[in-house]
Amino acid sequence: MTNRPELTRTDGVLLRTENLVKAFGGVTAVDHLNFELPAGELRCLIGPNGAGKSTLFGLLSGLHRPDSGIILFKGEDITRLPPYQRVRRGLCQKFQTTRIYRDLTVAQNLLIAGGARSRGETNERLEWALSTLRLSEELDLRAGRLPHSHQQWLEICLTLATEPDLVLLDEPTAGMTPDETAVTARFLIDLNEHGLTVLVVEHDMAFVRLIAHRVTVLHYGRIFSYGTLEEIEANQEVRRIYLGEQ
Amino acid sequence: MNLRGRRGLAHTLNGPQELGHGPVFWVCFAAVTVAALAYPAFGSVFALSNLANFCLYVPMGLGLALLWGYNGVLSFGQSAFFAIAGYVYGVIAGNLIDVPGGSLLAVAGGLGASVLVAAVFGYFVFYGQVSGWIIPLLLLVLSLILETFMGQTAGYQWRVGSVLFGGYNGMTGIPSLQIGEWDFGGASTAFYYLVVVLTLLVYLGLRILVNSRYGHVVTAIKDDVERTRALGYNVNFIQIQVFVLAAALAGLSGVLYVSWGNYINPASMGLLSATLPVIWTAVGGRRSLLAVLLATLTLRWLADTLAVRGGEYAFLIMGVLLLATMLFFPEGIVVSLARRYGGWKAPTGAMNRSGSR
Repeated sequence: MTNRPELTRTDGVLLRTENLVKAFGGVTAVDHLNFELPAGELRCLIGPNGAGKSTLFGLLSGLHRPDSGIILFKGEDITRLPPYQRVRRGLCQKFQTTRIYRDLTVAQNLLIAGGARSRGETNERLEWALSTLRLSEELDLRAGRLPHSHQQWLEICLTLATEPDLVLLDEPTAGMTPDETAVTARFLIDLNEHGLTVLVVEHDMAFVRLIAHRVTVLHYGRIFSYGTLEEIEANQEVRRIYLGEQ
Repeated sequence: MNLRGRRGLAHTLNGPQELGHGPVFWVCFAAVTVAALAYPAFGSVFALSNLANFCLYVPMGLGLALLWGYNGVLSFGQSAFFAIAGYVYGVIAGNLIDVPGGSLLAVAGGLGASVLVAAVFGYFVFYGQVSGWIIPLLLLVLSLILETFMGQTAGYQWRVGSVLFGGYNGMTGIPSLQIGEWDFGGASTAFYYLVVVLTLLVYLGLRILVNSRYGHVVTAIKDDVERTRALGYNVNFIQIQVFVLAAALAGLSGVLYVSWGNYINPASMGLLSATLPVIWTAVGGRRSLLAVLLATLTLRWLADTLAVRGGEYAFLIMGVLLLATMLFFPEGIVVSLARRYGGWKAPTGAMNRSGSR
């Protein structure tokens, strides 16, 4: 795939997809998707089941190969790069279901996560995150024995250990209590204010209300709507397809 | 724990990824090492030669422990790399018998051949994303094909220089390793020391490796390939590295074997030879280097002792031992005992979300 000159301009855009398509059998999960994410933004991606949110994450992180279209990250065409090359360029994903090394301790999990892209310097953002989420008190505990919310937080910290510029968080509060959800929201806002660009897929609208400045609504693999949270919530079509209102 | 992995060598040597920590373990380790090094002072030549023979299989066993126990890739093909190194050593050493340093060149050639075959095989298998259940079968087929091929190399036309392959009768008269004045023949004290020192170095080296950050990543690949890939690791390349290292260790055993016995035949790649390293590793406990080291020595000794009373039923007992271990000690006997009585808490290798072990 050639890097066309007009596509390599960043204009403050960290991530951009152009005409991205991915079909599974007869189902087009992502359908000619044009998506932009400016650097420094905390964006929520919402949509009904089957809208293509997780597939889009898979395409961005390289776990799926698109049928056509391109993905630009920091102006570079990463469409054909394997997942590990994307992480080394600063793009890391937290999976929908918790994927930590359950048999290893928290410290061992972080040791592994910090290896591929470590510059040998102190990862201050990670140290801050561990301290904020109180995981620094649990370094010697086996990860699989942590409470569910701590496992979710640990997986977010694993992505931070890779020193990313953009993290993709797939349902980071799934299974959490309202209090834990609120802690996670505050944490993500602070993380974003530390300069990290964050893209979140989330079903829990209460959580979306807590964190999002801007929201993109996906439907049938395309962008159905985009705007501020207020605009999205006021949009009758969005309310109909997503919130089930008549 | 330092998250950046900058830890001292002593800490790495004593890390959580391997069985055996604390002063008691290291005092015992030192005592066994001293006893092994002092053994030539009172052991008979026959006993020394036998013990050297048991020890020379340890690198192959430890390589399989690393590959299977730590990286999750079962191999029935370590015997192929063992024999490739042995045959190539035989061909080079046999032709360079009068050349100073010829046998060292033969060692390099033997190990190099194993590494090359493993790298090519590993490239296609791991970059081809071949299923984890198919890999052991492919490796067994590789071993059996090589056995069949070498079996039909009888006759004068099958030779390289002055060295005959010898078909099923095997390659005979292979010169032992020779470094300067020292001849490392199978019955020599020098060979005994060489094998004991190499066994210790391989064990301690792998112990450091599995406790390093790299070793953690190797284990992480076994636990969850996709997660590890998504943390920025070139998983396929690391799997090839581990596979090649295991093959090189099997090759080291092969080179030592032909230097010990001056002989190798296709049976060294046969079904039984391909299965034995798996039995040693499974019976001891694939998740620990120490367990595999102990199991390799014990089972080599047991097979040797039983063989004196009737070769065939020694293999039957090995098979029964494997089945009994799988039924009653799925993690291996040594590892199970260490968990039950020693409080060892290394990863269980239980099935995870990705379905791999």
